[in-house]
Amino acid sequence: MVSSFIEFMTSPMTIAYLTIVGIVFGGLQIMAAVMVYAERKVAAFMQQRVGPYRVGPQGLLQPVADILKLFFKEELRPKAADAFLFTLAPIISVAAAYLAFAPVPFGAPTDFFGMLPEKIPVQVSDVNVAVLVIFAVASMGVYGIVLAGWASNSKYSLLGGLRSSAQMISYELAYGMALATVVMMANSLSLREIVDAQQGYWFGFIPRWYVIPQAVGFFVFACAGIAETNRAPFDFPEAEQELVAGYHTEYSSMRFAMFFMAEYINMVTVSAVATNLYLGGWHGPFIPASYGWIWFVLKLGFLLFVYLWLRWTLPRFRYDQLMSFGWKVLLPLATINLILTAAGVLYFGGY
Amino acid sequence: MATDALLFYAFAGVTVIGALLVVSQKNPVYSVLSLIGAFFGLAGLYVGLEAPFVAVVQIIIYAGAIMVLFLFVVMLLNVPREDAAEWDRSHPLYRPMAVRIGAAMAVLLALELGWALSRATDIGGAVNAEPNERISSVAELGEVLFTRYMFAFEVTSILIIAAMVGAVVLARKRQE
Repeated sequence: MVSSFIEFMTSPMTIAYLTIVGIVFGGLQIMAAVMVYAERKVAAFMQQRVGPYRVGPQGLLQPVADILKLFFKEELRPKAADAFLFTLAPIISVAAAYLAFAPVPFGAPTDFFGMLPEKIPVQVSDVNVAVLVIFAVASMGVYGIVLAGWASNSKYSLLGGLRSSAQMISYELAYGMALATVVMMANSLSLREIVDAQQGYWFGFIPRWYVIPQAVGFFVFACAGIAETNRAPFDFPEAEQELVAGYHTEYSSMRFAMFFMAEYINMVTVSAVATNLYLGGWHGPFIPASYGWIWFVLKLGFLLFVYLWLRWTLPRFRYDQLMSFGWKVLLPLATINLILTAAGVLYFGGY
Repeated sequence: MATDALLFYAFAGVTVIGALLVVSQKNPVYSVLSLIGAFFGLAGLYVGLEAPFVAVVQIIIYAGAIMVLFLFVVMLLNVPREDAAEWDRSHPLYRPMAVRIGAAMAVLLALELGWALSRATDIGGAVNAEPNERISSVAELGEVLFTRYMFAFEVTSILIIAAMVGAVVLARKRQE
């Protein structure tokens, strides 16, 4: 029993799978830190400032300094707060954020430069309903925010939490419609198969990415994705002039940092899913398929930059504008797109 | 096989403990959260039956959508903690009406279970059956839903629309 367990744990395949898990876990953490730095530097660039530059070369160690600061801050908890849920809420947020990345592939199946007997998919778990898993886990993230708002026992927190969940529920519909459209075109719920359906070119030079036939779907997905991650211009949960800081008003130190980390990881996940669904994932010209993850990282980086770009380009919506945009523009657009795509897929007998 | 059984008991345990916590919590917010936990246990059991689609859809609809609304209602209505001391100092079990209703429900449940078991044939076969490929296939499920169970499917949607219209009518402000 024990020896077979040791044999199992030291087999190349197990080590390879664990390596991928490690890459995802560590990668997401590093991405969160990089985003903290990028957020500040891009903001500074857009406002013609220098941004952080004192900690390390070009301010590169700024995230480290930030994390250290957060570690040593006092952990406050309001006396009237619900102690258990107050602690649980940031944990739910972070756990949901990490979990959502599990079914996301980020490279072509690899054998780690010939070290493995067979190729394994580069993702934590190749579930055949990956698209739905991401959708389900995203809806779990709402609980972290709602519970944080409620457990804090503060009206600003509660309002922030309620706003955020109303927003996420409203935009989840359009999000789901956009996902369904791509699923129909690829005829699969597995992200790996959806990505593989996008390889090749039209007329020899236009990549067969779904963003071209599904430009409307991509727009809907991008809007809904930004709303899901509570980023500007949809950052109502933390509209500071109305709600102080929204659902995390009462949070400090590492508990606050966990919400922050969850937000950045969610941004990475939404961008990664968008890359896979619409931008052909790891497929791209010039780079051999086994190094496809380079393309993936490039596309991911571009989408993350767009996030920051939008933040400093568009002002925050008004709350009623947000709701009418979600229900009266995005949802009908997504529904019409879904019906047209269904008709197209039926007429042409597949994509 | 041993792993399967282990996972089954783990998820079944989560489900049962979650369900028990739903009814034993004093704070309704905790009850809602326990129910979500129970749904996750149930989803784990579905995965064990090789029906990942059902598992995920169950999480999306029940744990994701419906329970968020439950949580909303509980939070916004500000349901007070069920403190017996406030309105009835006696232990709930000593209240005659509660005991009678509870006992009646328990007897009914036991009778139903007995009836179901007496009618069931070949339980062992069902337990040991290999997971059916067709059950876990999303395409197959969709096809059955839109052909064989079309009527039930559409009737359900009418029912839900009726409920929604009713809710809107009830919630609308009276203009007098």
